[in-house]
Amino acid sequence: MSHVAYWLTVWLFAVGLYGVVTSRNYVHMIMCLSVVQSSTYVLILEVGYRHGSTAPIFLDVPVGTPAVDPVVQSLVLTDVVVGVVVGALLLSLALQAHKRTGTLDPHDLRTLVG
Amino acid sequence: MNAAGAVQIVVMTLVAGFALGVVLTREPLHQAIVFALFGLVLGVLFLVVQAPDVALSQIVVGAVAWPAMVLFTLAKARERERRNGRGRR
Amino acid sequence: MTTRARFVLMAAGIAGLAALLVWGTGGLQPFGHGQSKYAAYLNANAVHQRHATNVVSAVTFDYRGFDTLGEEFILFAAVMGVTLLLRSQLDERDDAPRDRAEGRRAVDTSDAVRVAALGLIGPSVLLGLYVVAHGTITPGGGFQGGVVLAAAPLLLYLSGRYLLLKSVHPMHALDLTEGTGAGGFTVVALTGAAVGSAVMANFIGKGQMGSVFSGGTLPVFNVLVGLEVAAGLTLVLYEFLEQTLVVRRS
Repeated sequence: MSHVAYWLTVWLFAVGLYGVVTSRNYVHMIMCLSVVQSSTYVLILEVGYRHGSTAPIFLDVPVGTPAVDPVVQSLVLTDVVVGVVVGALLLSLALQAHKRTGTLDPHDLRTLVG
Repeated sequence: MNAAGAVQIVVMTLVAGFALGVVLTREPLHQAIVFALFGLVLGVLFLVVQAPDVALSQIVVGAVAWPAMVLFTLAKARERERRNGRGRR
Repeated sequence: MTTRARFVLMAAGIAGLAALLVWGTGGLQPFGHGQSKYAAYLNANAVHQRHATNVVSAVTFDYRGFDTLGEEFILFAAVMGVTLLLRSQLDERDDAPRDRAEGRRAVDTSDAVRVAALGLIGPSVLLGLYVVAHGTITPGGGFQGGVVLAAAPLLLYLSGRYLLLKSVHPMHALDLTEGTGAGGFTVVALTGAAVGSAVMANFIGKGQMGSVFSGGTLPVFNVLVGLEVAAGLTLVLYEFLEQTLVVRRS
Protein backbone atom coordinates (compact mmCIF):
# COMPACT_ATOMS: atom_id res chain seq x y z
CA MET A 1 0.00 0.00 0.00
CA SER A 2 3.10 2.19 -0.40
CA HIS A 3 2.05 5.82 -0.16
CA VAL A 4 -1.64 5.27 0.51
CA ALA A 5 -0.91 4.84 4.22
CA TYR A 6 0.23 8.47 4.38
CA TRP A 7 -3.15 9.61 3.09
CA LEU A 8 -4.57 8.67 6.48
CA THR A 9 -2.60 11.54 8.01
CA VAL A 10 -3.89 13.92 5.33
CA TRP A 11 -7.42 12.73 6.07
CA LEU A 12 -7.02 13.23 9.83
CA PHE A 13 -5.57 16.70 9.31
CA ALA A 14 -8.26 17.80 6.84
CA VAL A 15 -11.18 16.35 8.78
CA GLY A 16 -9.95 17.79 12.07
CA LEU A 17 -9.41 21.19 10.48
CA TYR A 18 -12.92 21.10 9.04
CA GLY A 19 -14.22 20.39 12.55
CA VAL A 20 -12.23 23.26 14.06
CA VAL A 21 -13.48 25.74 11.46
CA THR A 22 -17.14 24.76 11.60
CA SER A 23 -17.29 24.16 15.36
CA ARG A 24 -19.97 25.92 17.39
CA ASN A 25 -18.63 24.89 20.78
CA TYR A 26 -15.17 25.37 22.24
CA VAL A 27 -15.10 21.92 23.84
CA HIS A 28 -15.99 20.37 20.47
CA MET A 29 -13.31 22.49 18.84
CA ILE A 30 -10.62 21.35 21.27
CA MET A 31 -11.37 17.69 20.56
CA CYS A 32 -11.21 18.38 16.80
CA LEU A 33 -7.87 20.11 17.34
CA SER A 34 -6.68 16.96 19.07
CA VAL A 35 -7.64 14.97 15.95
CA VAL A 36 -5.47 17.36 13.90
CA GLN A 37 -2.65 16.80 16.37
CA SER A 38 -2.98 13.03 16.12
CA SER A 39 -2.38 13.27 12.36
CA THR A 40 1.19 14.31 13.15
CA TYR A 41 1.64 11.31 15.43
CA VAL A 42 0.44 8.94 12.72
CA LEU A 43 2.67 10.55 10.07
CA ILE A 44 5.80 10.41 12.21
CA LEU A 45 5.23 6.81 13.25
CA GLU A 46 4.46 5.74 9.67
CA VAL A 47 7.71 7.29 8.46
CA GLY A 48 9.61 5.23 11.01
CA TYR A 49 7.83 1.96 10.26
CA ARG A 50 9.53 -0.83 8.34
CA HIS A 51 7.86 -4.02 7.07
CA GLY A 52 8.78 -7.21 8.89
CA SER A 53 10.42 -5.42 11.81
CA THR A 54 9.88 -5.74 15.54
CA ALA A 55 9.49 -3.01 18.10
CA PRO A 56 12.87 -1.55 19.14
CA ILE A 57 12.93 -3.55 22.35
CA PHE A 58 15.66 -6.15 22.51
CA LEU A 59 14.68 -8.04 25.62
CA ASP A 60 13.71 -11.33 24.00
CA VAL A 61 15.03 -10.76 20.49
CA PRO A 62 18.78 -10.41 19.87
CA VAL A 63 20.34 -7.10 18.84
CA GLY A 64 20.51 -7.02 15.07
CA THR A 65 16.90 -8.12 14.54
CA PRO A 66 15.30 -5.62 12.12
CA ALA A 67 13.45 -3.08 14.23
CA VAL A 68 11.44 0.07 13.55
CA ASP A 69 12.77 3.58 14.19
CA PRO A 70 13.06 4.29 17.95
CA VAL A 71 13.67 8.04 17.53
CA VAL A 72 10.22 8.80 16.13
CA GLN A 73 8.57 6.75 18.87
CA SER A 74 10.41 8.71 21.52
CA LEU A 75 9.20 11.98 19.99
CA VAL A 76 5.58 10.87 19.84
CA LEU A 77 5.36 9.24 23.26
CA THR A 78 6.43 12.39 25.10
CA ASP A 79 4.12 14.51 23.01
CA VAL A 80 1.06 12.34 23.66
CA VAL A 81 1.40 12.94 27.39
CA VAL A 82 2.31 16.62 27.07
CA GLY A 83 -0.55 17.03 24.59
CA VAL A 84 -3.19 16.00 27.10
CA VAL A 85 -1.98 18.59 29.62
CA VAL A 86 -1.92 21.27 26.94
CA GLY A 87 -5.47 20.14 26.12
CA ALA A 88 -6.35 20.72 29.76
CA LEU A 89 -4.97 24.25 29.44
CA LEU A 90 -7.20 24.84 26.40
CA LEU A 91 -10.23 23.46 28.26
CA SER A 92 -9.62 25.76 31.20
CA LEU A 93 -9.28 28.69 28.78
CA ALA A 94 -12.66 27.68 27.37
CA LEU A 95 -14.08 27.66 30.89
CA GLN A 96 -12.63 31.11 31.50
CA ALA A 97 -14.23 32.40 28.29
CA HIS A 98 -17.49 30.83 29.44
CA LYS A 99 -17.21 32.59 32.77
CA ARG A 100 -16.66 35.97 31.13
CA THR A 101 -19.26 35.71 28.38
CA GLY A 102 -21.69 33.00 29.44
CA THR A 103 -21.31 31.00 26.26
CA LEU A 104 -19.05 28.36 24.72
CA ASP A 105 -20.01 29.29 21.17
CA PRO A 106 -17.22 31.08 19.25
CA HIS A 107 -19.79 32.85 17.06
CA ASP A 108 -21.53 34.48 20.02
CA LEU A 109 -18.19 35.45 21.45
CA ARG A 110 -17.30 37.22 18.23
CA THR A 111 -20.37 39.43 18.31
CA LEU A 112 -19.80 40.18 21.98
CA VAL A 113 -16.29 41.40 21.32
CA GLY A 114 -17.08 43.18 18.05
CA MET B 1 -0.12 -8.69 1.34
CA ASN B 2 0.57 -10.52 4.58
CA ALA B 3 -1.51 -10.70 7.76
CA ALA B 4 0.24 -7.72 9.39
CA GLY B 5 -0.53 -5.54 6.39
CA ALA B 6 -4.18 -6.59 6.40
CA VAL B 7 -4.53 -5.75 10.11
CA GLN B 8 -2.89 -2.38 9.51
CA ILE B 9 -5.33 -1.55 6.73
CA VAL B 10 -8.31 -2.48 8.90
CA VAL B 11 -7.08 -0.40 11.86
CA MET B 12 -6.21 2.58 9.67
CA THR B 13 -9.69 2.50 8.18
CA LEU B 14 -11.16 2.42 11.69
CA VAL B 15 -9.04 5.42 12.73
CA ALA B 16 -10.20 7.35 9.67
CA GLY B 17 -13.83 6.48 10.42
CA PHE B 18 -13.69 7.41 14.09
CA ALA B 19 -11.95 10.70 13.27
CA LEU B 20 -14.89 11.59 11.05
CA GLY B 21 -17.20 10.53 13.86
CA VAL B 22 -15.44 12.81 16.35
CA VAL B 23 -15.81 15.80 14.05
CA LEU B 24 -19.41 15.15 13.03
CA THR B 25 -20.71 14.52 16.55
CA ARG B 26 -21.68 18.08 17.39
CA GLU B 27 -22.98 17.49 20.93
CA PRO B 28 -19.82 17.64 23.11
CA LEU B 29 -21.11 15.13 25.66
CA HIS B 30 -21.65 12.47 22.98
CA GLN B 31 -18.48 13.56 21.25
CA ALA B 32 -16.44 12.82 24.37
CA ILE B 33 -17.43 9.14 24.10
CA VAL B 34 -16.64 8.94 20.37
CA PHE B 35 -13.39 10.71 21.13
CA ALA B 36 -12.47 8.12 23.76
CA LEU B 37 -13.10 5.36 21.20
CA PHE B 38 -11.00 7.27 18.65
CA GLY B 39 -8.18 7.41 21.21
CA LEU B 40 -8.42 3.67 21.79
CA VAL B 41 -8.34 2.83 18.07
CA LEU B 42 -5.42 5.23 17.61
CA GLY B 43 -3.63 3.32 20.38
CA VAL B 44 -4.27 0.07 18.55
CA LEU B 45 -2.85 1.63 15.37
CA PHE B 46 0.32 2.55 17.26
CA LEU B 47 0.49 -1.03 18.46
CA VAL B 48 0.27 -2.47 14.94
CA VAL B 49 3.01 -0.18 13.64
CA GLN B 50 5.27 -1.66 16.33
CA ALA B 51 5.20 1.24 18.76
CA PRO B 52 4.13 -0.30 22.10
CA ASP B 53 5.57 2.57 24.14
CA VAL B 54 3.43 5.11 22.35
CA ALA B 55 0.39 2.84 22.36
CA LEU B 56 0.60 2.52 26.13
CA SER B 57 0.50 6.27 26.73
CA GLN B 58 -2.07 6.88 23.98
CA ILE B 59 -4.54 4.30 25.31
CA VAL B 60 -4.42 5.61 28.89
CA VAL B 61 -4.51 9.25 27.81
CA GLY B 62 -7.20 8.75 25.18
CA ALA B 63 -9.48 6.53 27.19
CA VAL B 64 -9.11 8.04 30.68
CA ALA B 65 -7.53 11.49 30.91
CA TRP B 66 -9.11 13.25 27.92
CA PRO B 67 -12.72 12.12 28.50
CA ALA B 68 -12.50 12.86 32.22
CA MET B 69 -11.31 16.41 31.64
CA VAL B 70 -13.90 17.04 28.95
CA LEU B 71 -16.71 15.73 31.16
CA PHE B 72 -15.60 17.91 34.09
CA THR B 73 -15.45 20.96 31.82
CA LEU B 74 -18.95 20.32 30.48
CA ALA B 75 -20.32 19.70 33.98
CA LYS B 76 -18.93 23.03 35.16
CA ALA B 77 -20.23 24.93 32.13
CA ARG B 78 -23.71 23.41 32.43
CA GLU B 79 -24.01 24.03 36.13
CA ARG B 80 -22.98 27.64 35.62
CA GLU B 81 -25.53 28.11 32.85
CA ARG B 82 -28.28 26.62 34.98
CA ARG B 83 -27.34 28.89 37.85
CA ASN B 84 -27.26 32.02 35.70
CA GLY B 85 -30.64 31.19 34.16
CA ARG B 86 -29.90 29.65 30.77
CA GLY B 87 -26.53 31.33 30.64
CA ARG B 88 -26.89 33.51 27.56
CA ARG B 89 -26.99 37.21 28.04
CA MET C 1 -18.71 38.04 4.28
CA THR C 2 -21.71 35.73 4.36
CA THR C 3 -21.62 32.40 6.12
CA ARG C 4 -21.98 30.63 2.80
CA ALA C 5 -19.06 32.44 1.19
CA ARG C 6 -16.94 31.69 4.21
CA PHE C 7 -17.84 28.01 4.00
CA VAL C 8 -16.87 27.84 0.32
CA LEU C 9 -13.58 29.57 1.05
CA MET C 10 -12.86 27.16 3.90
CA ALA C 11 -13.73 24.09 1.82
CA ALA C 12 -11.49 25.26 -1.01
CA GLY C 13 -8.67 25.97 1.41
CA ILE C 14 -8.87 22.59 3.09
CA ALA C 15 -9.14 20.77 -0.26
CA GLY C 16 -6.10 22.65 -1.54
CA LEU C 17 -4.15 21.90 1.61
CA ALA C 18 -5.08 18.22 1.42
CA ALA C 19 -3.96 18.06 -2.22
CA LEU C 20 -0.66 19.68 -1.30
CA LEU C 21 -0.15 17.23 1.55
CA VAL C 22 -0.91 14.21 -0.66
CA TRP C 23 1.56 15.55 -3.21
CA GLY C 24 4.12 16.20 -0.48
CA THR C 25 3.91 12.77 1.13
CA GLY C 26 4.51 11.31 -2.36
CA GLY C 27 8.11 12.42 -1.93
CA LEU C 28 8.59 10.28 1.18
CA GLN C 29 9.93 6.75 1.17
CA PRO C 30 7.07 4.31 0.50
CA PHE C 31 5.37 3.16 3.71
CA GLY C 32 7.34 0.37 5.34
CA HIS C 33 10.55 0.81 3.34
CA GLY C 34 13.81 2.46 4.17
CA GLN C 35 15.06 3.66 7.51
CA SER C 36 17.22 6.55 8.62
CA LYS C 37 20.89 5.88 9.35
CA TYR C 38 20.37 7.30 12.82
CA ALA C 39 17.70 4.70 13.63
CA ALA C 40 19.84 1.89 12.27
CA TYR C 41 22.80 3.05 14.35
CA LEU C 42 20.72 3.28 17.53
CA ASN C 43 19.11 -0.12 17.03
CA ALA C 44 22.52 -1.68 16.51
CA ASN C 45 24.43 0.05 19.33
CA ALA C 46 22.13 1.50 21.98
CA VAL C 47 21.69 -1.76 23.89
CA HIS C 48 25.43 -2.24 24.38
CA GLN C 49 26.22 1.42 24.96
CA ARG C 50 23.50 2.05 27.54
CA HIS C 51 22.57 -1.44 28.83
CA ALA C 52 18.92 -0.61 28.15
CA THR C 53 16.90 -3.20 26.24
CA ASN C 54 14.17 -0.64 25.53
CA VAL C 55 15.87 1.55 22.92
CA VAL C 56 12.96 4.02 22.92
CA SER C 57 13.64 4.78 26.58
CA ALA C 58 17.36 5.19 25.87
CA VAL C 59 16.54 7.67 23.08
CA THR C 60 14.03 9.59 25.20
CA PHE C 61 16.24 10.09 28.24
CA ASP C 62 19.73 9.87 26.81
CA TYR C 63 20.41 10.23 23.09
CA ARG C 64 17.67 12.81 22.59
CA GLY C 65 17.38 13.76 26.25
CA PHE C 66 17.54 17.48 25.60
CA ASP C 67 14.22 17.33 23.74
CA THR C 68 12.68 15.61 26.72
CA LEU C 69 13.98 18.33 29.02
CA GLY C 70 12.07 20.82 26.87
CA GLU C 71 8.91 18.70 26.82
CA GLU C 72 9.19 18.45 30.57
CA PHE C 73 8.95 22.20 30.91
CA ILE C 74 6.07 22.46 28.45
CA LEU C 75 4.25 20.05 30.74
CA PHE C 76 5.22 22.03 33.81
CA ALA C 77 4.12 25.34 32.30
CA ALA C 78 0.83 23.90 31.06
CA VAL C 79 -0.02 22.47 34.48
CA MET C 80 0.80 25.84 36.02
CA GLY C 81 -1.47 27.57 33.50
CA VAL C 82 -4.37 25.23 34.23
CA THR C 83 -3.93 25.75 37.97
CA LEU C 84 -3.85 29.54 37.65
CA LEU C 85 -6.88 29.68 35.36
CA LEU C 86 -9.03 27.27 37.33
CA ARG C 87 -8.18 28.52 40.81
CA SER C 88 -9.27 32.00 39.77
CA GLN C 89 -12.71 30.55 38.96
CA LEU C 90 -13.15 29.01 42.41
CA ASP C 91 -14.66 32.17 43.87
CA GLU C 92 -18.07 31.25 42.47
CA ARG C 93 -18.63 29.09 45.51
CA ASP C 94 -20.22 31.82 47.60
CA ASP C 95 -22.90 33.18 45.31
CA ALA C 96 -24.37 29.74 44.66
CA PRO C 97 -28.13 29.64 45.21
CA ARG C 98 -29.46 27.39 47.94
CA ASP C 99 -32.87 26.71 46.42
CA ARG C 100 -32.09 23.57 44.50
CA ALA C 101 -35.28 21.73 43.57
CA GLU C 102 -35.62 18.21 44.95
CA GLY C 103 -35.95 16.51 41.57
CA ARG C 104 -32.78 18.08 40.25
CA ARG C 105 -30.34 16.30 42.51
CA ALA C 106 -27.54 14.50 40.76
CA VAL C 107 -28.08 10.76 40.53
CA ASP C 108 -26.07 8.83 43.10
CA THR C 109 -23.32 6.58 41.83
CA SER C 110 -24.41 2.95 41.88
CA ASP C 111 -22.84 0.61 44.42
CA ALA C 112 -21.48 -1.60 41.63
CA VAL C 113 -19.48 1.33 40.21
CA ARG C 114 -18.23 2.25 43.68
CA VAL C 115 -17.02 -1.24 44.48
CA ALA C 116 -15.44 -1.73 41.06
CA ALA C 117 -13.64 1.61 41.24
CA LEU C 118 -12.44 0.96 44.79
CA GLY C 119 -11.16 -2.46 43.80
CA LEU C 120 -9.32 -1.07 40.78
CA ILE C 121 -7.33 1.56 42.69
CA GLY C 122 -4.76 -0.94 43.99
CA PRO C 123 -4.12 -2.67 40.66
CA SER C 124 -3.81 0.64 38.79
CA VAL C 125 -1.24 1.97 41.28
CA LEU C 126 0.66 -1.31 41.06
CA LEU C 127 0.58 -1.23 37.25
CA GLY C 128 1.72 2.39 37.21
CA LEU C 129 4.67 1.71 39.50
CA TYR C 130 5.61 -1.38 37.48
CA VAL C 131 5.52 0.54 34.19
CA VAL C 132 7.67 3.35 35.63
CA ALA C 133 10.20 0.97 37.19
CA HIS C 134 10.67 -1.23 34.11
CA GLY C 135 10.90 1.60 31.57
CA THR C 136 14.45 0.75 30.53
CA ILE C 137 13.69 -2.93 29.99
CA THR C 138 10.19 -3.31 28.54
CA PRO C 139 7.74 -0.86 26.92
CA GLY C 140 6.91 1.82 29.43
CA GLY C 141 8.65 4.49 31.43
CA GLY C 142 7.99 7.65 33.35
CA PHE C 143 5.55 9.21 30.90
CA GLN C 144 3.32 6.17 30.47
CA GLY C 145 3.51 5.02 34.09
CA GLY C 146 2.81 8.53 35.34
CA VAL C 147 -0.41 8.65 33.35
CA VAL C 148 -1.51 5.27 34.72
CA LEU C 149 -0.76 6.48 38.26
CA ALA C 150 -2.84 9.60 37.69
CA ALA C 151 -5.84 7.38 36.93
CA ALA C 152 -5.91 6.15 40.54
CA PRO C 153 -7.21 9.39 42.12
CA LEU C 154 -9.87 9.45 39.41
CA LEU C 155 -10.99 5.99 40.54
CA LEU C 156 -11.03 7.28 44.11
CA TYR C 157 -13.43 9.98 42.94
CA LEU C 158 -15.63 7.42 41.16
CA SER C 159 -15.73 5.28 44.27
CA GLY C 160 -17.35 8.17 46.14
CA ARG C 161 -14.39 8.63 48.49
CA TYR C 162 -13.58 12.03 47.09
CA LEU C 163 -14.05 13.75 50.42
CA LEU C 164 -11.47 11.36 51.82
CA LEU C 165 -9.05 12.54 49.14
CA LYS C 166 -9.91 16.13 49.93
CA SER C 167 -9.43 15.69 53.66
CA VAL C 168 -5.69 15.18 53.19
CA HIS C 169 -5.42 18.51 51.31
CA PRO C 170 -3.45 17.04 48.41
CA MET C 171 -2.90 20.31 46.52
CA HIS C 172 0.30 21.31 48.28
CA ALA C 173 1.66 17.78 48.23
CA LEU C 174 0.93 17.60 44.49
CA ASP C 175 2.55 20.99 43.84
CA LEU C 176 5.59 19.82 45.76
CA THR C 177 5.80 16.43 44.01
CA GLU C 178 5.47 17.99 40.59
CA GLY C 179 8.16 20.53 41.39
CA THR C 180 10.41 17.79 42.74
CA GLY C 181 10.01 15.84 39.51
CA ALA C 182 10.79 18.80 37.24
CA GLY C 183 13.54 20.19 39.47
CA GLY C 184 15.14 16.81 40.02
CA PHE C 185 15.14 16.17 36.28
CA THR C 186 16.99 19.44 35.70
CA VAL C 187 19.45 18.77 38.53
CA VAL C 188 20.32 15.30 37.21
CA ALA C 189 20.59 16.70 33.67
CA LEU C 190 22.97 19.45 34.80
CA THR C 191 24.96 17.03 36.95
CA GLY C 192 25.68 15.24 33.69
CA ALA C 193 27.30 18.44 32.45
CA ALA C 194 29.30 18.90 35.66
CA VAL C 195 30.49 15.32 36.07
CA GLY C 196 30.40 14.00 32.53
CA SER C 197 30.70 15.54 29.13
CA ALA C 198 27.43 17.34 28.44
CA VAL C 199 23.97 18.13 29.75
CA MET C 200 22.03 14.85 30.18
CA ALA C 201 25.27 12.83 29.94
CA ASN C 202 24.79 9.35 31.37
CA PHE C 203 27.22 9.46 34.30
CA ILE C 204 26.10 6.51 36.46
CA GLY C 205 27.40 2.94 36.04
CA LYS C 206 25.32 1.09 33.46
CA GLY C 207 24.56 -1.94 35.65
CA GLN C 208 23.54 -5.47 34.78
CA MET C 209 21.57 -5.65 31.53
CA GLY C 210 17.90 -6.47 32.12
CA SER C 211 17.96 -5.44 35.77
CA VAL C 212 15.69 -2.67 37.06
CA PHE C 213 18.78 -0.60 37.86
CA SER C 214 20.37 -0.96 34.42
CA GLY C 215 20.90 1.98 32.12
CA GLY C 216 22.72 4.43 34.40
CA THR C 217 20.67 7.62 34.67
CA LEU C 218 17.75 6.20 32.65
CA PRO C 219 15.81 4.75 35.63
CA VAL C 220 16.49 7.94 37.61
CA PHE C 221 14.95 10.06 34.85
CA ASN C 222 12.10 7.58 34.53
CA VAL C 223 11.22 7.91 38.20
CA LEU C 224 11.50 11.71 38.17
CA VAL C 225 9.36 12.03 35.05
CA GLY C 226 6.90 9.53 36.53
CA LEU C 227 6.63 11.75 39.62
CA GLU C 228 6.10 14.86 37.58
CA VAL C 229 3.58 13.41 35.13
CA ALA C 230 1.60 11.63 37.84
CA ALA C 231 1.51 14.67 40.12
CA GLY C 232 0.94 17.14 37.29
CA LEU C 233 -1.93 15.21 35.73
CA THR C 234 -3.48 14.48 39.13
CA LEU C 235 -3.27 18.18 39.93
CA VAL C 236 -5.00 19.05 36.66
CA LEU C 237 -7.76 16.49 37.25
CA TYR C 238 -8.08 17.64 40.86
CA GLU C 239 -8.50 21.26 39.78
CA PHE C 240 -11.22 20.26 37.31
CA LEU C 241 -12.89 18.16 40.02
CA GLU C 242 -12.81 21.08 42.43
CA GLN C 243 -14.71 23.09 39.83
CA THR C 244 -17.53 20.59 39.48
CA LEU C 245 -17.68 19.80 43.17
CA VAL C 246 -17.97 23.45 44.08
CA VAL C 247 -21.19 23.60 42.19
CA ARG C 248 -22.41 20.18 43.25
CA ARG C 249 -21.98 20.73 46.96
CA SER C 250 -23.81 24.03 46.97
